[in-house]
Amino acid sequence: MDLSYGPEYKNFKKEIQDFCNDWKGVNFSDGVQISLGQSFDNKGKTITRTEWQSILIERGYFARSIPKEYGGYGGEADIIKSRIIASEFSNAEIPPAMSGQGIDMLVPTLLELGTEDQKKKYIKPTLLGEMIWCQGYSEPNAGSDLASLQTKGELINGSWVINGQKIWTSTAQYSQMMFCLVRTEPEANKHAGISYLLIPMDSIGIEVRPLVDMTLKAGFNEVFFTDVSIPESNIVGNRGEGWAVANATLGHERGSLTNPNATMNRVNSLIEMMKAETVNGQRLIDIPVFKDRLIQIQGKVMAFQSNSLRVLSSKLNSNQDTKIASMIQKLVGTEIRHELEGLAIDIMGEIGTLYEDSPHIRDNGSWQFTYMYYLGLIIGGGTNQIQKNIISERGLGMPREPKAKEV
Amino acid sequence: MYFGLSDDQIFFQENVSKFLADQASLDVIKLISDGGNDTKKADIQRGLINLGINGLLIPEKYGGLGLDLLFATAVSQSLGSGVAPVSFTGSYVMAPIAINEGGNDGQKSKYLSGIADNAIKFGVAFTEYVGSRENAHISINNDRVSGSALFTLDIEESTHLLVSNQNGKIGIVETNHKGVEVIKLTTIDKTRNFSEILFNDVDIDILEKTISNDVAIKKSIDAGRIILSADSIGASQTLIDKAVEYSKERKQFGRFIGSFQAVKHMCAEMTADLEPCYALLWHAAHAFDSMPDEARLMACQTKSHTSEVAKVIAKKATEVHGGMGFTDLMGIHYWFKRIGLNRQLLGSPELIREEAAKIQGF
Ligand SMILES: Cc1cc2nc3c(=O)[nH]c(=O)nc-3n(C[C@H](O)[C@H](O)[C@H](O)COP(=O)(O)OP(=O)(O)OC[C@H]3O[C@@H](n4cnc5c(N)ncnc54)[C@H](O)[C@@H]3O)c2cc1C
Repeated sequence: MDLSYGPEYKNFKKEIQDFCNDWKGVNFSDGVQISLGQSFDNKGKTITRTEWQSILIERGYFARSIPKEYGGYGGEADIIKSRIIASEFSNAEIPPAMSGQGIDMLVPTLLELGTEDQKKKYIKPTLLGEMIWCQGYSEPNAGSDLASLQTKGELINGSWVINGQKIWTSTAQYSQMMFCLVRTEPEANKHAGISYLLIPMDSIGIEVRPLVDMTLKAGFNEVFFTDVSIPESNIVGNRGEGWAVANATLGHERGSLTNPNATMNRVNSLIEMMKAETVNGQRLIDIPVFKDRLIQIQGKVMAFQSNSLRVLSSKLNSNQDTKIASMIQKLVGTEIRHELEGLAIDIMGEIGTLYEDSPHIRDNGSWQFTYMYYLGLIIGGGTNQIQKNIISERGLGMPREPKAKEV
Repeated sequence: MYFGLSDDQIFFQENVSKFLADQASLDVIKLISDGGNDTKKADIQRGLINLGINGLLIPEKYGGLGLDLLFATAVSQSLGSGVAPVSFTGSYVMAPIAINEGGNDGQKSKYLSGIADNAIKFGVAFTEYVGSRENAHISINNDRVSGSALFTLDIEESTHLLVSNQNGKIGIVETNHKGVEVIKLTTIDKTRNFSEILFNDVDIDILEKTISNDVAIKKSIDAGRIILSADSIGASQTLIDKAVEYSKERKQFGRFIGSFQAVKHMCAEMTADLEPCYALLWHAAHAFDSMPDEARLMACQTKSHTSEVAKVIAKKATEVHGGMGFTDLMGIHYWFKRIGLNRQLLGSPELIREEAAKIQGF
């Protein structure tokens, strides 16, 4: 057991701390989406989001291992450095680099499977936050059973012509591009008939209809395609290989849905709140039942945090096998976060239900918002029931369900 | 950076597991638990001592292996996994740590060397400090002790007892002193024995440093809690393995029960609950060894969290076996009961969480 990062990282940590000091309070002129449940000091310099992305890339704090010619820093991947950056930024309340489906899912996919032209064209603007992507996978009749999707793509005179509908498409209303799964080989069997296409959202024939979600924000959308035409070259991988291409990125998505350190920060905010608030004149932290539930969830989060250190360690030490420890992260991380946010609401009682711009609201209603938001993540990204199928079948080798007849 | 057990630790752990698989099959455990074979039980204990479990935590200068608590968790996990009918937590973890922390040079040299060469074996009676029930009261005056202690750990074949009062003052008495009365308790877990000890004006050798502070008992209890957690994690893993294995053999409605989602999801949930406990356990043991500021909180959280997880696993794994799970024949209950008792030892989850809150100042 060795939890130290080694002396070579001491200087790096210092460098990051200095950087954070210089940029303390940085904020953005062009509306920022900041991950919830974190607060950022915003009394410093005002720049654009794209400027911030370039600063981070230039110094190797973001897109570190992505080659220079595609807009990255062009260095060696260094998991420990990434971790130091994440934790120092979070301590100093400096906004992290942008994330999102383009950066987290599309870029790794293109790096692995894209053509040279695709890499040159798409990666740089995506990293800079100039090109936002949405993920067009789910359809009204293809959710957990994604491979049954029916949106159709036909190659006509050197163009893909697309007809059909996607649903639950997060951020489609702001996106410039969509990476999309489309059925291009209707004769082939389910999984073999799908292709992975890159679709400009300003194409003629695309209609985006925002869907208001439980939090009352328009978190996702319906996207309709009527004879949408895109160049033949906007395909990643070959025709009919889309399922494999998509699977290369699903792993990236699941990894990015839960962050144990952010969850622990949330536990600490809850503790602060319990020290500050009272009921019947008694501090919340002094009420034994609340205290017991607090410590209970703190223990769960500690375990989850330690689990992620173990997974990190296996990336640095090839002899460690953490297959199961990795496989459980989406299930465990989303459930814990939902439970934690819900606990805060219970502890606040009626005040915990205040929302939007209500008088007496605490923390901008973030506990209630995040409680609901995480229910969305329990469902999205492969539902937690599907996660349990994966853990039991692929992790524990339990027998698959016999194929049912179609109903 | 390396987070996890080292090759040496894994190697040692595997040796303990192999030994138990060889010498302590379920049939043997049953015989021993029914009280039918004390010789076999002593053989198993001796075999493990030959592997070195008694000297793990004893500094080399006293003849031990001078290893750390993380090493001991690796062993304890194997013992729990095999529901081993042996002494470990009290005799070979809590006692050496208490003596090493609390004893003067003479005491250390006498007792630690004694443990290392297996001339001395300790039972541990710290209940009065952790959570005294029935107003049992240990009073230590000068060099005499009176009172009673419930749930003494690892009393079997002990030559000495470590006993503490409410303030964490620790002393050593000889088990066969005429003023010591041992009353056997019958718990659900028949793989290990627990006793009540009555002390009637018995000579006691007070560990010198424990007169002025309770550092030694705190460390000893932290370690004990971590080791019991490891035992429960080992027992839980065995239960999951057995449930998964059974689900691949048993058929109902013309298919393996493991293909039913209700069964699959129980197994996935048990796995998702248990897996992070390993990391928490190792982290806590590492904190005990080298991060003193975080050690106490992590020890409490590890014991409390793994106790909760293990309890649910004990229930679900039994359910996966259907009626067979409920039989004595199948023996699932040995693991169920081991987990049930570990949960209460050295503080039930609620009591420990109360302590965890205090440690953090609330
Ligand atoms: C907040 C949010 C954001 C999303 N963003 C996107 C996005 O950007 N792009 C995108 O393409 N999609 C997105 N999705 C869609 C998401 O991937 C799907 O909602 C999800 O895969 C479930 O599909 P479904 O909604 O059709 O539910 P269904 O598949 O109909 O599931 C309904 C219920 O049945 C259960 N179920 C289904 N099949 C099984 C099975 N084999 N075993 C056990 N239980 C089963 C499910 O677990 C669930 O409880 C998002 C969803 C949410 C909630």
